Amino acid sequence: MTAVLPDRAERVAAAPAAEHRGPGGFAWIGLCAALIAGAPIGALGILALQGNAAHWLHLATAVVPYALHETAVLLGGVTVFVVVVGTGTAWLVTAYAFPGRRMLEVALLLPLAFPAYVMAYAWIDLMHPIGPLQSGLRALLGIERPAELRLPDLRSLPGAVLVFGLALYPYVYVAARAAFLARMTTLTEAARTLGAGPGRVFGRVALPLAWPAIAAGTSLVLMETLNDVGAAEFLGVTTLTTTVYSTWVNRSDLAGAAQIALAMLAIVLALVLAERTARGARSFAVGGGAQRALPPRRVDGIAGLGLLALGALVVALGFGLPTGHLAWQAALRLAEGHGGATLLPAIGNTLLVAVLATVAAVLTGLVLVEGRRLHPGSRLHAAVLRVATSGYAVPGTVLAVGLLVVLGGFDRAARAVVEFAGGAPTGLLVSASIGAVVLAYVVRFVRLAATQVETGLERIPPTLDQSARSLGRTPAGVMSAIHLPLLRASLAGAALLVFVDCMKELPATLLLRPLNFDTLATLLYGEAARGTYEDGAIAALLIVAIGLVPVAVLVRLGRPPATLEARP
Amino acid sequence: MTKVWYRLTAIVLATGALSAHGIAAEVNVYTTREPGLFAPLAADFTARTGIKVNTVFVKDGLAERVAAEGAGSPADLLMTVDIGNLVELVDKGVTRPVTSPALAAAVPAHLRAADGAWYALSLRARLVWADKSLGLTSVSYDDLADPKWKGKVCIRSGQHPYNVALVAAMIAHVGEAKTEEWLTGLKANLAKKPGGGDRDVARDILGGLCQIGVGNSYYVGLMRSGKGGAEQKTWGEEVAVVLPTFTGGGTHVNASGAALAKHAPNAAEAEKLLEYLLSPEGQKIYAEQNFEYPVRADAAVDPIIAALGKLTPDTLPLAEIAKHRKAASLLVDKVGFDR
Repeated sequence: MTAVLPDRAERVAAAPAAEHRGPGGFAWIGLCAALIAGAPIGALGILALQGNAAHWLHLATAVVPYALHETAVLLGGVTVFVVVVGTGTAWLVTAYAFPGRRMLEVALLLPLAFPAYVMAYAWIDLMHPIGPLQSGLRALLGIERPAELRLPDLRSLPGAVLVFGLALYPYVYVAARAAFLARMTTLTEAARTLGAGPGRVFGRVALPLAWPAIAAGTSLVLMETLNDVGAAEFLGVTTLTTTVYSTWVNRSDLAGAAQIALAMLAIVLALVLAERTARGARSFAVGGGAQRALPPRRVDGIAGLGLLALGALVVALGFGLPTGHLAWQAALRLAEGHGGATLLPAIGNTLLVAVLATVAAVLTGLVLVEGRRLHPGSRLHAAVLRVATSGYAVPGTVLAVGLLVVLGGFDRAARAVVEFAGGAPTGLLVSASIGAVVLAYVVRFVRLAATQVETGLERIPPTLDQSARSLGRTPAGVMSAIHLPLLRASLAGAALLVFVDCMKELPATLLLRPLNFDTLATLLYGEAARGTYEDGAIAALLIVAIGLVPVAVLVRLGRPPATLEARP
Repeated sequence: MTKVWYRLTAIVLATGALSAHGIAAEVNVYTTREPGLFAPLAADFTARTGIKVNTVFVKDGLAERVAAEGAGSPADLLMTVDIGNLVELVDKGVTRPVTSPALAAAVPAHLRAADGAWYALSLRARLVWADKSLGLTSVSYDDLADPKWKGKVCIRSGQHPYNVALVAAMIAHVGEAKTEEWLTGLKANLAKKPGGGDRDVARDILGGLCQIGVGNSYYVGLMRSGKGGAEQKTWGEEVAVVLPTFTGGGTHVNASGAALAKHAPNAAEAEKLLEYLLSPEGQKIYAEQNFEYPVRADAAVDPIIAALGKLTPDTLPLAEIAKHRKAASLLVDKVGFDR
């Protein structure tokens, strides 16, 4: 024991010296990621400068006040919806044991697989005055004419809140569930010992501890909502993004669209910063103590079935009904001999780009977040993290155009070099390649991975890092020996979110892909774009089915976390 | 597992091979036309000529993509579904003219650029759909703003390209000030906020949400043919369809069309494809697949569309309408059409 002390002291003295060797691996990788993610945004900046400001008068008077209002109401409504539903369902499956809980745990993730616009189409089909639900209701009540029984129209702001909420609450559910499962056992048990009922435990212990995770999940939902064009237009909601879109597409004013998009990006970044500042230095990490699963409270009988029904209702609305409708449409089309030939290669392509992008995005996100965690106070690491993950806040179509400009510029430069050297003119190297699509996904979705890792790390006490560093571990050593085992569930969650979003991604896929390269999402969208989305029902179901695989893996990996093995 | 790797390798190699152009008897098509509609035409063309057709469906940003790819672009033929986008390609300088007596003979002068920079391939008309009980037999676009329809009209977003083109055509006819009045009147007549797609207009009329609405001709074909299922056949058959006209003009049509890419590596094949698309055989597939009006005078219209009545297309040149697209989009915002 005595022999250890001087040794340890030596290492403590040696550790700070290592910091002076200049940027390490974390910083270099972070810088590269920031450069790659920053390039298309930079290109947008250049595009924006080429436009004039004349259209701002039009926007300020005719568009922005209204679009801002609709956007704010939509985002506000969706926030309330996803926080309540996402957190509530996560608490339901982690705090209580009731019949069917394990199934519900998985099922609650399923709406993730739905592109929001498909959810919108399916719900409009179901809820339309001459759709099955209202027709059935009229038949039941003996009413003949649709005009005599009028349910509220889903094509409205409240309808959009419902559709986006149902499609996106899993982002909060994933985050909150991981938070509830991890590291609050001791506090919860203490609260219980002191006589707190489930309500008090939830309100006074679990919720405050999970709050950073819930906030992070919600910010992802808000950016997804803000990014959407298809569902918003279909539901008759004018958001800032649909404004960008009509400026570009209908007025051929890409510069103007880039200006609005960058203004939006600035607003989003300001909000993110404000949230960070508000959260401040509050540390939610719980120090010490063994980590065990929180034993859920057993609820049997009618009450247990009641809890199951509550969760099942959310699954039914967010997944069961729209999927049932799609399955019915798909069955009709299969019976007519639709589908087939184009689907198989599309499945291969979808898996290829989604898997590549998921691996790349999760690794990049991990390195970025760990870089900041392991170099506390380093402005460089904080900055590269922020820049490298900003792609998620730019509307997908606009980001894709920025990337197009960058890749095209690269290809033109390469071509010029080859020709200068006397070589034959080449085609495209990076534009219109699978690599371009994967790159776009990573730039766009690395934020999803980073957020999951961040909320996971927040629950690992920094004292562990400090002890390890003082014992001579390098930053990479701390990451691999301490963080990675504890981050298993967070990494699995990150991979799931990125994978599923890659499968659904449209604007970048449509704009950057090579010839003859279809994914399930582009096949589905091809039909939706001509107004026959139900002809894409088979592709939509396949997206959902493939999404099930990582969901199952996640739930397995996400079960109560591994304990740190005590080293002899 | 090895099979998967073979597949991955094959995909990667195939992509590499495609980007290194110059393989004989191929043509690369960048299109905003939905793949399901173009595939039958491509298959028939390949069967006839042996020329392989490679396609990529690009929804928005076609012009930006071709411009960014520059001289290395593999694009040969650029196809759009909206005349505005087609003219934009030409304006951006990513096309080059094709002059061919066969093409000039196939397409009427107002449906192509004078210098051969672009050609319309098919047309669709913006029609009025109505509750059958109204017994509506004729209507003008101006009538849509008549206060007698207050609270009875359904339409999709004013910023949808179909509607932007209609408003642009109105501007071309009566000028911006009068169009603004008309659009304000139409807005005042709406039964609900604009939204949904064209087929929703038919559904909404059947659901009693509104009495008349605006929709494209080919959706009538899609619905009435039963291609979208029995349910949609009912939607299509239960609404009355009227061909409206501008006062002193014809029915508003929009065109899908094509242009040859400036750096087309397979220009000869692209011209062949263009000629095929405008041949009686190609035009027939257009009419059958998507219930559009062919541009060739001697090609037959699908019987379902023919039954709607005789189409008298507006005689204003499409290029003229396309010029007013931006003003139309601004006007839609200005009157708060989508609010």
